[in-house]
Amino acid sequence: MRPILLSGHERSLTQIRFNRDGDLLFSVSKDKIVCAWWSANGERLGTYNGHQGAVWTVDVSPNTVLLATGSADNTVRLWNIKTGECVKVWDFPTAVKRVAFSPDGSKLLAVTEKRMGFLGTIAVLDINYGENLEDQAAEPSLKITCEDSKATVAGWSFPRQTGDQLLNVQVHEFDSQINDIQFSSDRTSFLTASKDKSAKLLSVRDLNILKTYTADTPLNSASITPKKDYVILGGGQAAMDVTTTSARQGKFEARFYHKIFEDEIGRVRGHFGPLNTIDVHPPSYFDFMYEVEREQMRK
Amino acid sequence: MAPSFEQLSEQDLHEEEEEEIDFSDLKAQFEVKADEGLDTFVVIDGLPVVPEDSKQKLIKFLLRKLNTVGNTSEDAVFMPVSDKGMSEGFAFVEYETPEQAVAAVKQLHGVPLDKKHTLAVNKLMDIERYGREGRVDEEYQAPPVEPFKEKEHLRSWMGDSSARDQFALYRNDKVGVFWNNNGPPKGTFLASVHPQGVQLWGGASFSKQKQFPHPFVQLIEFSPLEGYLTTWSARPIQVEEGQPILTNEEDGKNIIVWDIESGKPLRSFVSHDLAAPPTGEEDVAPKKKVQWPAFKWSADEKYVARMLQGQSLSIYEVPNMNLVGRTSVKIEGVSDFEWSPATVTREGVKQYEQLLCFWTPEIGSNPARVAMMSVPSKEIVRTRNLFNVSDVKLHWQSQGAYVCVKVDRHSKSKKSMATNLEIFRVKEKGVPVEVVDSLKDTVINFAWEPNGSRFVLITTGEAPAGAAVGPKTGVSFFATEKKGSTAGNFKLVRTVEKKTSNGIYWSPKGRFVIVATVHSQSSFDLDFYDMDFEGEKVEAEKDLAANLQLMKTVEHYGVTDVQWDSTGRYVVTSASVWTHSMENGWNLHTFSGNTLSENPTEKFKQFLWRPRPPTFLSKEEQKQVRKNLREYSKEFDEEDKYAVDIANTAVVETRKRVLSEWVAWIRREKEIQAEEKDVFGLPEDADSPKHARDAPIGGSDEGEAVVEEIVEEIIEETEEVIG
Repeated sequence: MRPILLSGHERSLTQIRFNRDGDLLFSVSKDKIVCAWWSANGERLGTYNGHQGAVWTVDVSPNTVLLATGSADNTVRLWNIKTGECVKVWDFPTAVKRVAFSPDGSKLLAVTEKRMGFLGTIAVLDINYGENLEDQAAEPSLKITCEDSKATVAGWSFPRQTGDQLLNVQVHEFDSQINDIQFSSDRTSFLTASKDKSAKLLSVRDLNILKTYTADTPLNSASITPKKDYVILGGGQAAMDVTTTSARQGKFEARFYHKIFEDEIGRVRGHFGPLNTIDVHPPSYFDFMYEVEREQMRK
Repeated sequence: MAPSFEQLSEQDLHEEEEEEIDFSDLKAQFEVKADEGLDTFVVIDGLPVVPEDSKQKLIKFLLRKLNTVGNTSEDAVFMPVSDKGMSEGFAFVEYETPEQAVAAVKQLHGVPLDKKHTLAVNKLMDIERYGREGRVDEEYQAPPVEPFKEKEHLRSWMGDSSARDQFALYRNDKVGVFWNNNGPPKGTFLASVHPQGVQLWGGASFSKQKQFPHPFVQLIEFSPLEGYLTTWSARPIQVEEGQPILTNEEDGKNIIVWDIESGKPLRSFVSHDLAAPPTGEEDVAPKKKVQWPAFKWSADEKYVARMLQGQSLSIYEVPNMNLVGRTSVKIEGVSDFEWSPATVTREGVKQYEQLLCFWTPEIGSNPARVAMMSVPSKEIVRTRNLFNVSDVKLHWQSQGAYVCVKVDRHSKSKKSMATNLEIFRVKEKGVPVEVVDSLKDTVINFAWEPNGSRFVLITTGEAPAGAAVGPKTGVSFFATEKKGSTAGNFKLVRTVEKKTSNGIYWSPKGRFVIVATVHSQSSFDLDFYDMDFEGEKVEAEKDLAANLQLMKTVEHYGVTDVQWDSTGRYVVTSASVWTHSMENGWNLHTFSGNTLSENPTEKFKQFLWRPRPPTFLSKEEQKQVRKNLREYSKEFDEEDKYAVDIANTAVVETRKRVLSEWVAWIRREKEIQAEEKDVFGLPEDADSPKHARDAPIGGSDEGEAVVEEIVEEIIEETEEVIG
């Protein structure tokens, strides 16, 4: 497989997301710009301009109508994907570190950072796909305040109503932040990626640790492949953590592990900086097959 | 099975050392009652009985002896006189300090006064304590015999059916012992150093064997036959009340020589190299380097010697720890010494001897000198004078057959340096010395082949001023000329130039040698050489007892240490966090340089193979084994194959199990999920996206997507110049 290099951003990327069909890829970066790309050939479809600070997070509604972005300018913006217009801006007291649509697309969550005396919160916004996309509720329908901890990332299982805390489990080492959470397609489990150099697969229902994948470098992102039982981990020494970083020392590789057996299968080299974000093409243009398997399929 | 990291609990490592063992009997035995205040008095017995008028004469005579160990005066000696006007044959003496009294007891007890009389010196307190009636039972009572407790076999690992070797890993704060699945002195014990002292571990389950309570011990060393252990601490020992094993004798000492069998100190010493006690300001006291090993053992453990830099050599007899001939050997300027690593029999020398070599630098107009001394006669058997010497290093060959004296010499102007090798042929008559002076550069490293007569050395030129990288080095191999039964002269086999190497690591069995670049930041190569290559020989080297061949070059990023296992089959190269924190871990190679495994380990510190004791097989038996090696190896190959099969099956089995568990879990989770959806009254399709006005629903009903990809490939490219 040939890698396609998407060069359009001027600063480091913070998150990438495929839409549900997999034909589009959205990327956000610290350079305040949101880009949309054709995933097939890496051509840039367009940009969404308007944010005043580094854009931390992006998510696409499941029907590829709306795009939500969260930024260090303390706003969540909702965009019409087709036209590129900004249809709604929500203001928050602090930077927004993560946005995510619920699986049915009816809700959007936003994680705000704990900073400047404000506690971290998770706000849930109702999303309306009616005639006029600008017609969105101004206030969140639910607000969860994280009093004890500093929320960094969040995701949806399937919607419930209350917002009460059901469980609180420490799965990673103390003081090593969880940098990413990604759910399996059936929402039974999710994968965490942590600074403590490990990724863990947790059960959604009871937060039991199902699997642990140990790497030799701090992890920034982890993803579960929809086809085959693989997980992909990415990370690497952050440039600010070391004085002299050679590509060899930094460990800037994407690591493939077997989801069930926890074994490392292989690595993909190519980056010369830490991997900040990983997403897997949903309908899988790429089938995660070995060449032998593909040949067998053709016969 | 040896304990692994997982099985080693915190408790194993730190606690219980104090609690478990019942010290109370020892406590009672060694308890000191300091409150009696008669510490400065000693009682001297065994004096001649003299009439009162010659008493003063006797006291004066006695004082001469008494004042050799401390300060006392005529007034402080009280010699009682009986009714008959004769002395009683004993005297009370008061010393200035309790230490002097102790010294008097130690040094004067049993010392002859004249031909007929021998002094018996005891502390007054001891006489009070034991000498009174009833204090000591008149009748001898045999101490109860402890029931015999079976100890674990201390060399159980030698009995492993596949002859695997063990190694110890030091990582983070834990030590683990592993089997090597592939193959100090003798490796009976594993010693670990704790603030309370040294702990020896041994046996199949690594149980505690002995403890040596030297507080704040920092360095330890085993003697060559594992009979003794030397420990050192920068802090002088402060013997506290209730310390069962250490006595007042150890107070203020830094070094203790222990008998491993009994677990008791043989003798303790103040280390020579420590700076004088700091006066007031402790922080500014000069920190001198400790000389370690402070005590060097002769090959058969009968003697142990220590050097007082520039002054003398003290050779002690073991186990009574008395100086050989009661005095140290005064050698002006002595800079270093080395015992022969094996008991050597020189030609024409019948009586038992151990050899040691030492050297002295140039002092005034006297030349520098390298000499060989025979112990216990303390006779110099061979000396050699040298001029323009900057430094000397002594290298014994492992069987004691040769001593190579590496002499760094400077030219008259002291501007350029060169190295000579002076090789003493110890086993030949008169100890002839051969000089190798063909080297133009300084030698930075030198190593004998174990049990052989070949050596490798590394030379380097002057470092260009201000250069970031060190100068290139050259690796030279030397061997003897073939000359009948005796080894001929040492000749250069080959020199490999333009290397960066700085370390030489011979296989413990000889023949193979690794020349490596260690502790370097830019190159990490390991060259595996074979000295007896079984192939075509270069014509020019026909007369030499070597056929040099570079087998393989391996790189190990950041390598700091190279360790051969004691059978010479495997080599471990490691990168320790003690030197740098980049990619710490260890790699395992075969003797020929094939890398078997790579083990990156976080915070990796040290790798140590467990040494093996020498074989019990006779030379003939060893030959027999070598002859039938093929058959044996067949057996082992089969065993290996079997083990691999078992391991593979086990992996497949676990994978099957894990997979079925996973499938079952997913099935159950999905059922629960569906149930919960029912409970919350959500429709089945709650997860699917909501319909929107202007977007088709994503998903499967769209049919197959056709993706066109244009791939351009350059088949040929030609360049033409037009015009």
